[in-house]
Amino acid sequence: MLKEYQTVTAVEGPLVFVDRVENAAYNELVELRLPNGELRKGQVLDTSRGVAVVQVFGSTTGLDVEKTSVRFLGDTMKLSVSKSMLGRVFNGLGEPRDNGAPIVAEKRLDIIGAAINPQARSRPEDFIQTGVSSLDVLNTLVRGQKLPLFSSSGLPHNQLAVQIARQAKVLGKSEGFAVVFAAIGITHEESSFFIKEFERTGALSRAVLFLNLADDPSVERLITPRLALTTAEYLAYEKDMHVLVILTDMTNYCEALREIAGARKEVPGRRGYPGYMYTDLSMIYERAGVIEGKKGSITQIPILSMPSDDITHPIPDLTGYITEGQIVVGRDLHRKGLYPPIDVLPCLSRLMNLGIGKGKTREDHRGMADQLYAAYSQGRDLRSLSAIVGEEALTEGDRFYLKFADAFESQFIQQARTEDRSIEGSLDLGWKLLSVFPERELKRLKLEFIEKYGKKFREGKP
Amino acid sequence: MGELVKIVGPVVVAGKMRGAKMYDVVRVGKEGLMGEIIKLKGDNATIQVYEDTSGIRPGEPVENTGQPLSLELGPGLLESIYDGIQRPLKSIRAQAGDFIKRGVTAHALDRKKKWKFMPTLKKGTAVKGGDIVGEVQETELILHRIMVPPGISGILEEISAGSFTVEDVIGRVKDGKNVTELRLMQKWEVRKPRPNYEKFPPNTPLLTGQRILDTFFPIAKGGSAAIPGPFGSGKTVTQQSLAKYCDAQVIIYVGCGERGNEMTEVLTEFPELLDPKSGKPIMQRTVLVANTSNMPVAAREASVYTGITMAEYYRDMGYDVALMADSTSRWAEAMREISGRIEEMPGEEGYPPYLARRLAEFYERAGRVQCLGSPQRNGSVSIIGAVSPPGGDISEPVSQNTLRVTKVFWALDAKLAQRRHFPAINWLKSYSLYGDSLESSFVNALSADWISMRAEGMALLQKESELQEIVQLVGPDALPEKEQAVLDVARMLREDFLQQSAFNDVDAKSSLKKQYGMLKTILHYYARATQAVDLGTQLKSITNMKVRERIARMKEIPEDQFEGKFQEILSELDLAFDSLASVQR
Repeated sequence: MLKEYQTVTAVEGPLVFVDRVENAAYNELVELRLPNGELRKGQVLDTSRGVAVVQVFGSTTGLDVEKTSVRFLGDTMKLSVSKSMLGRVFNGLGEPRDNGAPIVAEKRLDIIGAAINPQARSRPEDFIQTGVSSLDVLNTLVRGQKLPLFSSSGLPHNQLAVQIARQAKVLGKSEGFAVVFAAIGITHEESSFFIKEFERTGALSRAVLFLNLADDPSVERLITPRLALTTAEYLAYEKDMHVLVILTDMTNYCEALREIAGARKEVPGRRGYPGYMYTDLSMIYERAGVIEGKKGSITQIPILSMPSDDITHPIPDLTGYITEGQIVVGRDLHRKGLYPPIDVLPCLSRLMNLGIGKGKTREDHRGMADQLYAAYSQGRDLRSLSAIVGEEALTEGDRFYLKFADAFESQFIQQARTEDRSIEGSLDLGWKLLSVFPERELKRLKLEFIEKYGKKFREGKP
Repeated sequence: MGELVKIVGPVVVAGKMRGAKMYDVVRVGKEGLMGEIIKLKGDNATIQVYEDTSGIRPGEPVENTGQPLSLELGPGLLESIYDGIQRPLKSIRAQAGDFIKRGVTAHALDRKKKWKFMPTLKKGTAVKGGDIVGEVQETELILHRIMVPPGISGILEEISAGSFTVEDVIGRVKDGKNVTELRLMQKWEVRKPRPNYEKFPPNTPLLTGQRILDTFFPIAKGGSAAIPGPFGSGKTVTQQSLAKYCDAQVIIYVGCGERGNEMTEVLTEFPELLDPKSGKPIMQRTVLVANTSNMPVAAREASVYTGITMAEYYRDMGYDVALMADSTSRWAEAMREISGRIEEMPGEEGYPPYLARRLAEFYERAGRVQCLGSPQRNGSVSIIGAVSPPGGDISEPVSQNTLRVTKVFWALDAKLAQRRHFPAINWLKSYSLYGDSLESSFVNALSADWISMRAEGMALLQKESELQEIVQLVGPDALPEKEQAVLDVARMLREDFLQQSAFNDVDAKSSLKKQYGMLKTILHYYARATQAVDLGTQLKSITNMKVRERIARMKEIPEDQFEGKFQEILSELDLAFDSLASVQR
């Protein structure tokens, strides 16, 4: 029999202080009954003899210290999971939002999730072809990777995420595939864009959606990504599916984290975010990977908006230290009218080398990526130089680089929203663009590859 | 038996703990989670718990083991992978499955495995702490020397050869009435440095096979280096390259609060990579400590100490050990998190005020020493610590306090990384204070002109950065030919010498001889080029010379062919300049 307490002593922000409690457990789930009979859920944040601090999910409107009663449910937060979740839409706390029947649990799983034993992980190495050249050639995504989109307000990151979700495939394999989508504090408009796109492409039937929208309680935002990942782990490791998890927008998650930390009067770290934000974020991002002996996998694409385009802001900064690279959506390219406006220079995919090369993509892939990078960054430097000294002051060799940088942006980066390029096509496009250079400038490419793949594009060139 | 009174995340408070000592290991709650006492006040002890505390309630029991956190040191460490508090991840997986569940315990060293022990001392010998009593072939690469634990001395009353587990008694030391049993395994507290006989200043280079490091910013065996850099600048790749190619005999690799997939990379790659000298997998000389970012934060705090204690243990056998800590910032953050939870007064940026002391204490455990005991032998521990400053700005406390104690600074640069110049180590900002003390050993290994070549190379790179500022204003064509030649050769130095691909089998590692040859070729080219320009040759006809392509691809020449090819390139170079001069005439 669970006891009900009517001993609330204080309500502060999202926190409720309950007195004379008999040993509440840390992280225990709590049910609060408001004076008007309404039920709210919460979780124990701090427990000591007789006193428990409860964090309420949802607003604290209507709570009082006199009549509100509190029940400690004796268990930590769990999610009922089942394969029938596919095709369904849930709210930020995991309750159905689509007027459908509640989920009949095949299993109840703790939403915090345990860390994967590093010994049990296997190396992510399956190349995922997204059909986007600037990703496939330069920042290759592999199965089991966590690769965030660093974007900013006003940029088409949602379109890009949808394009990736639609086009992503592992060549030569057809296996169970699912999308888990967590909306964290995004607007209704944005979320309906995603739903509509999933519907249009038929992806909705193999997707699970968790929606915490901008007007939903911010405390729930701490729960939503964890529900999504718990579902993903179930589908991946118990139902053998390859799961792509899209989390958007992680900036809202971090804001919620800061809000709670503030309410608890914790010593703030950088820009008011709590000192443990790195650890907290890692407990979300690290839930991606491939486990030895399991058929499924979890690949994560978190999306975050960089406040005032600042990549050194704590949110992108800490994220970049945890994730295996980042894709930066750039404002300058967007202003030029390019889509996808991927600013490739600050982009990185750390696991790229595992997924490319002979037998996976093509043997010239590594060298091609390095050469394109080197040439494009040289071109960009010269572009700013020529803005000062004029193009005439550059050497003839330098002018090749200028020309290349322009062509690279308008042909290689630029592609249509529905254009799905093959990896061979993208690599050949690279050879075509590099054919403006004499061979001695192509130091990153092996001579045999220049002969084998580049020759047809270099006819009549030195 | 104590009793829990308060739980806030990884920090709990237990009452009725009178008699407990600071840093005693305790068992918390019904599940017996491992924790460590970090604060005492009256009957109350504050404990940092190494595992997740969800579901734990006040009133649950707390048991004090009375012992500080200690490691098991003995044969079987190599080739293992441990978490931050030396739980073997392999056996934990066998017990608990793919995810790390809490409350799981396992012995760090296999209790069943038998090791063949050969005594090197005879019964009746007088022994003291540190003396080697015998040997076990731990892996094909490393001979594990069994030592008398520090602080014990007497007469070796008994010693036997044979196959033993780590717990079996292999001998006895008698000191008056006290008899100490010797085993293959000994225990040591992680937070206490292992003693040595004497510390020396470092004088031999730790060769890394990385051209920019060995040539311009060398680290010594027993030295310490810091690699600060923003994310994506290649800290981990550099650390891994060092672990693979540096000439230390034993490697301890600590993944402290970093990515799980990176540890997997190390785990799958190291057993495949062969040590060039012996042809055996380099895993045989490696111990991994992996406490990924999402594993408990208190265990992350301990992981760095676990690593350094193991390093000191192998040092004591007389080995050169290199410890890679990736990343020390995560370690500092773990300290900050724990300190915040026990409401200590924060210092700079919320870090505890003792941050500087802890960092200094850690780096001070590096060094070249004469080991305790006989036979007389020297060993060293070199520490290479990655630092992850927020936003890449090294004015923050962890970077600054680290730079105060380390002698080598390898400055990673996001700009270089973005243009795929790897290793992205900035040659203008980095420094090594070992340059002078290592001079003679470089001269012995190579030749006397090495020092001046190195200085000339660096001077050219410096000059380039000055000239670049002018180029930014007037464009490169406005410079005199002679200065354009400097720009040209500096570019060669950057692209054909400093750049080194960790993913190209041949280029990933350069011997000192190859580095010398490459640098010599480029400098020779420069000497001839300036000479030619002085005589009125146009720079353009020099830069178009065919031999330049061969110079650009020098790095792809395998080590065994280098000697010959290098001479070939030099003579081709001379020939090209000679013919240029004759055309001129």
